[in-house]
Amino acid sequence: MSDKIPTRDVTPQAVGHHTPPATVQQEMYAKRRHIYVREIKGLFQRLRRGANWLLMLAFFGLPWLNWGDRPLIWFDLPGREFHIFAATFYPQEFMLLSWLLIICAFGLFFITVFAGRVWCGYTCPQSVWTFLYIWVEHRLEGSRNRRIRLDREPMSLDKAWRKTAKHAVWLAIALATGVTFVGYFTPIRELIVDLPTLEAHGWSYFWVGFFLVFTYLNAGWLREQVCIYMCPYARFQSVMFDADTLIVSYDAARGEPRGARKKALEHAQVRAAGLGDCIDCELCVQVCPTGIDIRKGLQYECITCAACIDACDSVMDRMNYPRGLIRYTTENALEGKRSHVLRPRLLGYFAALTVMVGLFVWTLGERMPLGFEVERERGQLYQMTREGRISNVYTLTVRNLDDRDHDYRLEVSGLPDLTLDTDSLSVPASSSRRFAVQITAAPEVLDLPSHPIQLHLQSHQDTDIRLERETRFIGDTRR
Amino acid sequence: MSNFWDDSLSGFWSTWIIVITLGSIAFAFWILYANRKTDKVPDADGNVETTGHAADEIEEYDNPLPRWWFQLYVGTVVFSLGYLLLYPGLGNFTGLLGWTQEGQWEQEVARAEERFTPIFAQYQEIPIPELAQDAEAMQVGERIFLNNCAVCHGANARGGYGFPDLTDDDWLYGGEPEQIVTTLVRGRNGLMPSWQQLGQNNIENVTQHVLSLSGLEHDAERAEQGAAVFASVCAACHGQEGTGNQALGAPNLTNDTWLYQAPGQSVADSVRQTLRNGRNGHMPAQEAYIGAERVHLVAAYIYSLRLQD
Repeated sequence: MSDKIPTRDVTPQAVGHHTPPATVQQEMYAKRRHIYVREIKGLFQRLRRGANWLLMLAFFGLPWLNWGDRPLIWFDLPGREFHIFAATFYPQEFMLLSWLLIICAFGLFFITVFAGRVWCGYTCPQSVWTFLYIWVEHRLEGSRNRRIRLDREPMSLDKAWRKTAKHAVWLAIALATGVTFVGYFTPIRELIVDLPTLEAHGWSYFWVGFFLVFTYLNAGWLREQVCIYMCPYARFQSVMFDADTLIVSYDAARGEPRGARKKALEHAQVRAAGLGDCIDCELCVQVCPTGIDIRKGLQYECITCAACIDACDSVMDRMNYPRGLIRYTTENALEGKRSHVLRPRLLGYFAALTVMVGLFVWTLGERMPLGFEVERERGQLYQMTREGRISNVYTLTVRNLDDRDHDYRLEVSGLPDLTLDTDSLSVPASSSRRFAVQITAAPEVLDLPSHPIQLHLQSHQDTDIRLERETRFIGDTRR
Repeated sequence: MSNFWDDSLSGFWSTWIIVITLGSIAFAFWILYANRKTDKVPDADGNVETTGHAADEIEEYDNPLPRWWFQLYVGTVVFSLGYLLLYPGLGNFTGLLGWTQEGQWEQEVARAEERFTPIFAQYQEIPIPELAQDAEAMQVGERIFLNNCAVCHGANARGGYGFPDLTDDDWLYGGEPEQIVTTLVRGRNGLMPSWQQLGQNNIENVTQHVLSLSGLEHDAERAEQGAAVFASVCAACHGQEGTGNQALGAPNLTNDTWLYQAPGQSVADSVRQTLRNGRNGHMPAQEAYIGAERVHLVAAYIYSLRLQD
């Protein structure tokens, strides 16, 4: 029977904890405690790793795919064309991007209400790259304890090559990231040939360098500081939480009072001795990428990566205790109340999201690959033709946004007996043309200084491609 | 390129701006420095001092900033001072780089010239009738036309009151390539003097005669009397038959093109007005504005207009 008085170890921890001298220094900044993340296996880590591989594959793979004779995804900034799969978008359609970003934002809000900061843990590039870098660190410098020791050792040959190799691999990953990123804006097959031969554009080098440096700094050095200090989402995520949000949580009722115990003891015996299920092994703290102790409750630093769940579950298994001392749960569930998955807040976000996605899809479907603008002649109001008719001149700008040539038929309506001097306008694929068009009317029909008229443009090749614009016909009213 | 207004400041205002700008930066830096936190030592339980603010019993930690964050702030101060040293911003101080808006504009123009000059030089080699068949060159020509000529001659080059139609076959100075180029390079001044001194009666007679030349409705008796006046006075420029003279830019009076017929005005009224007050057509010389290469292209574009019908 272990009737030990619970004790608390108050010797300063040797690990990763900087004990400042008792005198208060005049320092202008807080010191960062380096977080050594311990690797852990488990269900959620498998999930996370799967998601990371999928996202990495998408990011690194997409620029290599082609659609016909162009890349599948190509944001051609100099050409002012944005090729995404089969479609080509133009700067005039930037509203679509705004809507897409708004949809993404609402998607994030929705998922946050439902499951907290789950985006951060499983899909955020910052986390994905950080975990990748930590994986590299583990392979080259060894496990958590080994790394801590290595950092405190004096420089040796062994330490030097490990550190050098680690940073080399980090930089290599960062370089691949930079090149891939630029590959979305410049066809990557040409880019990887042009970059080493110094044939590429100066901006390409700049952006490759930019992403190289920041990938290396963010995933290698800054890591959790990005999530804690820089990321705006971290600042406002908490307002979307409610008592029914799924959060990673320590079940204090079951775990406390925590403490060490002999492994041989049965669960019931431990309970009888007045101990909770938490054996205070600190594994959940060691695996946390943001370095928090989840047992203190939910903190805004938590990125819901569930590493502590896997860590704790593995310990519970070893102790033959039931799993789930740390688990995905809700505030209500922890207090023994009922949790409601379907609640007004979640349904509201879902409704807003559905409406916006629907509108977005509808807008995409309704996209007319035609731009048509009408400007009146600037220099004069109207002229008389030799036949004594009134003529107005208009400049039409026709943008063919389709990937094939089109011949358009132009018609005018709004007044009786209007004539056009051109009724067929041809514009090659993906280009725009300007046409000066003269419209004439008999003076007798003009009883106002200016009349509204409509210009209709319709493609011969595809009669669904049609647009109408209204303009004004100005006449002689001095009669 | 020089400024047509003087944008320098008098000594006092220049100093005023310098003092305010540098003062603001110094003030911002002082705020930053004065509010820096000392490194607080957590007590035995790891608790850190709070600011004393509490909302809903939640207290606010008073932790110092991370070092890199504080340095980022310092960096912004350093950047702004560096910027003010290199670029204009401190009153009349123009900055060490000598950057100006005009300089940047000139740079961009020079860059554009560098890009387009070889293209224009290629076009320069091609004779105008041939160039007029080249669709791509004609797109360039059209853009030059729209930017420089359309303001008078119209976007469709059909002209208007007092501005010649460039799409028809009626030319004041001739429509051959070299004549078009001459018009563009040197400009034209079409001067029709006022014939007020002929007297009201003669003006009416000459008007009727001019109407008869192009077969319009006229008073035969007056036209007969006008013919004598026309032969002695007007034929010097417009020719005995009234068919005009392209060397002088005197218009042909026997066709149905009337340059100065305002909308709604009868030909007769227009001719009377011309005889009484004279006309003064002015085509500005373009070469100084757009250069010989663009003149060549625009001339080809104008030449190409007749090929379209």
